Amino acid sequence: MPDEKITLEVMRYHPEKDEQPSFQTYEVPFREDWVVLDALNWIKDEVDGTLTFRWSCRMGVCGSCGMMVNGTPKLTCAAFLRDYYPKPIRVEPLANFPIERDLVVVLDDFMAKLSAVKPYLIRKPGEERSLDDGEYRQSPAELARYKQFSMCINCMLCYAACPVMGLEPEFVGPAAIALAMRYNLDSRDQGAEERKDVIFTHDAIWNCTYVGECSVVCPKHVDPAGAIQQAKVAAAVDYYTSFLTPWKK
Amino acid sequence: MKHKRSNEPLFWAPFIAGGGVAALFLPALIFITGIAVPLGWVDASQLANAATNIIGRLFLFVLISLCLVHWAHRFRFTLLDLGVHGGRKLIAFLCYGAAIAGALLAAWLTLW
Amino acid sequence: MPATWWLKKRVYFMFMMREFTAVFAGAYAVLLLVMLGKLKRGEIADFVGWLHSPLSITFHLVALAFAIYNTITTFNAIPQVMPIRIGEDKLPAPMLIAPNYAAWVVVSLGLVFILTRPLS
Repeated sequence: MPDEKITLEVMRYHPEKDEQPSFQTYEVPFREDWVVLDALNWIKDEVDGTLTFRWSCRMGVCGSCGMMVNGTPKLTCAAFLRDYYPKPIRVEPLANFPIERDLVVVLDDFMAKLSAVKPYLIRKPGEERSLDDGEYRQSPAELARYKQFSMCINCMLCYAACPVMGLEPEFVGPAAIALAMRYNLDSRDQGAEERKDVIFTHDAIWNCTYVGECSVVCPKHVDPAGAIQQAKVAAAVDYYTSFLTPWKK
Repeated sequence: MKHKRSNEPLFWAPFIAGGGVAALFLPALIFITGIAVPLGWVDASQLANAATNIIGRLFLFVLISLCLVHWAHRFRFTLLDLGVHGGRKLIAFLCYGAAIAGALLAAWLTLW
Repeated sequence: MPATWWLKKRVYFMFMMREFTAVFAGAYAVLLLVMLGKLKRGEIADFVGWLHSPLSITFHLVALAFAIYNTITTFNAIPQVMPIRIGEDKLPAPMLIAPNYAAWVVVSLGLVFILTRPLS
């Protein structure tokens, strides 16, 4: 039906002229195959070119288009209008982040937390490998240990879903901790002790109260909640076994 | 971000143990004291007999202590989740302190 | 974020209910301490008398609901907290959870049996 429409209530905020964010309502064409991102692009093209939002791949792999859709963090390229039609859809920027402009959030804090967990392979001094040394060999079982945690696209839906993120701004957060575990569990990596100094801390795993919503909203099934609880078990094992081997650092 | 490994496992491990024993034993025990007794299935002498038996004593000591630590640790974080940001060290001291006091009392009542 | 954030969504509410199970676990532990105290003073009959009261029964029913919820959430969390890998694969979640429920049934029946057994 070419005339069917669906209502979008979109949060607007232009800091140079607005004191507070407010909602603007748009009547958008309803198409069976459209996602919320299509609707936003239609608004930008046809109604209001000043509407600002992030997006890129439109197929769920870049992690750019995360927003709150009816109060739930979602990739707007994966939220179909037909799943909400005929009710109105409320679109807001990701929760627990400061708003930059309209639907765009400030990511600096997250970027700092991500870098802090050293998300790259670390080799001990003297054990670095050059290209001439050939490839690392890794068995399917060794790959399976960390593969799930490597699927993160940094979309930050988990940060928006996590109540601790809203209550405790210093919390390192689900994605960063899952990524730290991804490297700690990678057989090619030798930097686990360095990363443990970052994540086995109050601001990281011990702030998590295992609400579990991060894993529920994750579009790539990374299971950051699992990563964090498994990290707690590892931290506890490390802690208690360190009493048995006090000579180790 | 503070880069110092936390001592939290000192409390977290007993918390998990407490959650486990509570999960396994509490429903039946609550049924016994809360429903079986009023129904007349269990009387005072049966209760006393179980609680004075050496296995019963050890069991109750461990159960009470672990349940109290489980409460203390979880309650500390529930307060954070309810928006209570300040006084963290004091709250931790009071919660774990109460749990330890309860465990000592349990020891005196069961093992003495 | 307002302190009532957990009332806004069902999943957050159920999370907070899970957290509250610890309050009832602690309260029941205190009840057991009271029982032991009364026992030590030879006043166990008074305590058992109180167990017949409406206040006691109400408390126990509420505590029982929370205790069962703790059992369910604890057991169901096991595959996420302690997954067991065999080579490339993980053991399926039910295989980790079911033995705990089985143990729970056995332990619960055992406790009821021991406590209701007549003293000869």
